[in-house]
Amino acid sequence: MKTAFTVNGKRRAYAGPAMRRLLDVLREDLALPGTKEGCGEGECGACTVLLDGDAVVSCLVPVGQVAGRRVATVESLGRTERLGTLQEAFLAEGAAQCGICTPGMLMTASAYLRGGGTANAAEIRRGLAGNLCRCTGYQHIVRAVQKAARGSRPRREGGLGQARRPARRRR
Amino acid sequence: MRGDAGIATLLRPRTPTEALRLLAQHEGALPIAGGTDLMVGWNAGALAGRTFLDLSRLRDWSRVREAKGGVVLGALATHTQLLRHPLVRLRLPLLAEACATVGGVQIQNRGTLGGNLANASPAGDTFAPLAVYEASVLAVSKRGRREIALADFFTGPKRTSLAPDELIEAVRVPLPARPPTRRLFRKVGTRAAQAISKTVAAGLLWLRRDGGVEELRFALGSMAPTVRRLRAAEAFVRGRRLDPAVVREAVALVAKDVAPIDDVRSSAEYRLAVSRNLLLGFLDGR
Repeated sequence: MKTAFTVNGKRRAYAGPAMRRLLDVLREDLALPGTKEGCGEGECGACTVLLDGDAVVSCLVPVGQVAGRRVATVESLGRTERLGTLQEAFLAEGAAQCGICTPGMLMTASAYLRGGGTANAAEIRRGLAGNLCRCTGYQHIVRAVQKAARGSRPRREGGLGQARRPARRRR
Repeated sequence: MRGDAGIATLLRPRTPTEALRLLAQHEGALPIAGGTDLMVGWNAGALAGRTFLDLSRLRDWSRVREAKGGVVLGALATHTQLLRHPLVRLRLPLLAEACATVGGVQIQNRGTLGGNLANASPAGDTFAPLAVYEASVLAVSKRGRREIALADFFTGPKRTSLAPDELIEAVRVPLPARPPTRRLFRKVGTRAAQAISKTVAAGLLWLRRDGGVEELRFALGSMAPTVRRLRAAEAFVRGRRLDPAVVREAVALVAKDVAPIDDVRSSAEYRLAVSRNLLLGFLDGR
């Protein structure tokens, strides 16, 4: 079975079983280990990626279904030497503790912000309700998304992924 | 562990005709749409060796449209599509509310109405709204089409009256002649998101000018093997004014139509008490 799709803007060809999980193909075949496996049953959101711009849990997506579609992983948000707005905000707010939930949180938050999500804390909590943080660091995560929501307005060219703003430490 | 992907087949039809042909050819092929439930089983190894029929390319089946006297919801419409759709929000607000409580955003983006129905979980959150809107399931096979009333569609937990060669094409929801006086959707779970319901209620109430009940429709999920309308309570209040004695009597009739169980999520006693309170609050107008 041949599957061609776009990952982080690059066209990729996959020749393998169609029922493999997108999560495994990203990590094992495409060397994109940023996406993490948490529960493996769609409850925790750790493996969230964007499929045609929508947040989905990649542990519940058979790779055969993504033929011809666009996938974005956490690697698309920025690079180590040049982080995206959201990543800078997570860093500035101390929004990562053990870090396993962070890639999923970032991807869900990025879909939330791209979809016009505001800095309203209750709305952010609703938007991120499908992502669990076992360290229960939710306050920091919500604050980081608020910060990114404020920082990304007015929208800059290139969108949230590229717009870099200097990290300001609050504490 | 997980089913062996190496020996699993995923059939990917482009059209409904092709899908029905493949389904007839591959006996036991399991339809997959958003995969939010099926893939959990697959990952757990429960579906090893099965052939899967991917419906996600049947674009026409994800449309929501107005039809004579009602709304037709394509089986492949996702919960996100439904909760955002102006027609659903305006005409079927209980369904929009229910869709917003299913899983989290990621599940709402993938899970479909047809998949939800085909799964036939006793706790399906969209079923209570569909029951009070008196929806029916449009099934299609190579042999033709048929319309199945929701009450006849579910035959038990995880069981439906779909024939092996049938697929769910859409859900038809007739629109009430006039908007209800009062409506309710309420899901009761352990937390706001990603919870499976302990009980889930949908209600529509039409009052006459004199305050008497013209019609009550009230449905509960997670309270029986399938979603249940509270027929006894509905019939009792018809034509009566909702004074405290009538409401009390109606609430006492809840148990006539449900059969809650003790399980990992809740107890039968708690489920019944909460469900009674939901009806009480609804009839009291609180």
